[in-house]
Amino acid sequence: MKELLTHPWPWYISGPLIGLTAPALLVLGNKQFGISSTLKDFCAMCVPSLSKPLNANLKENAWNLFFVAGIFIGSVINYFWFQNPEPVKISENTISDLHKMGLTNLNGLVPSEIFNWNNLLHFQGILFIVIGGFLVGFGTRYGGGCTSGHGILGLATLNFGSLLAVIGFFIGGLTMVHLIFPLIYNNLR
Amino acid sequence: MKNIRFLLLGIFFGFVLTKSEAISWFRIQEMFRFQSIHMFGLLGTAIPTAMLALYLIKKFQIHTVEGENISVPKKKFFKYRYILGGTIFGFGWALAGACPGPIYALIGNGNLVFIVVLLSAMLGVLFHTLVKDKLPQ
Repeated sequence: MKELLTHPWPWYISGPLIGLTAPALLVLGNKQFGISSTLKDFCAMCVPSLSKPLNANLKENAWNLFFVAGIFIGSVINYFWFQNPEPVKISENTISDLHKMGLTNLNGLVPSEIFNWNNLLHFQGILFIVIGGFLVGFGTRYGGGCTSGHGILGLATLNFGSLLAVIGFFIGGLTMVHLIFPLIYNNLR
Repeated sequence: MKNIRFLLLGIFFGFVLTKSEAISWFRIQEMFRFQSIHMFGLLGTAIPTAMLALYLIKKFQIHTVEGENISVPKKKFFKYRYILGGTIFGFGWALAGACPGPIYALIGNGNLVFIVVLLSAMLGVLFHTLVKDKLPQ
């Protein structure tokens, strides 16, 4: 049993379980899957005077804050008791691409050579951690959702706006990885 | 407390998300390089599963646990902001390797520097609030 919970799960097991989360929220209380809106709720908590322009309603969205608190707790449970000791089994091609980017340590869920506190003093860390996070936050609000709301619930309900957003996710991601990464190649070391 | 059920579902979701490795920066890099089926398999099974479940909810007129009617999301039509906002999000997704759900899950998994990713994302949201009237919609 413990073994089963320690290993990563194949996509054909975890994918359907992720997909069931959206209808589960509907059945549990007619709530719509969409995690990025919690970002504005946390902003409103920090700056209450901005609740209105942020379009945040903490009372109405309380369920979502409980939901993301759950995401955090579920991950903590994994961290303390069921952590996968092996590196993520990405493809050989990706490994070789990442080596070319100057990454040598591919252990853990994220590359520790990029995502560490000291790196916040360097261009690379600021780019991946601060600018990356900023663009995620800005983009979700401007585009009206993220991978959960648009990518899963939106596409599952054949929502045209969500399809446009998902196309945007890939335009952005592909541009960044294939055009911008090579340009800043030297700074990535 | 009525909201405990969402906390419990969140615990399930956070654990599944971690086990799926969708929260891994490495998996996101692999996805944008089309070098493995993994992320596409995840999304490609998650979406039809949700679709089927939503169809069954509609067909059998399933109500919430409290007996309320279930409403499906409103239809969204063409707007520039979906594609523009989506593209900006995509830039961030490729850099930080995490969308909002995984940011919370990565912090929970001990990657504490993602607190800075979360705070930066909140700054991005605040900045959007300040400039949104000037953006094309």
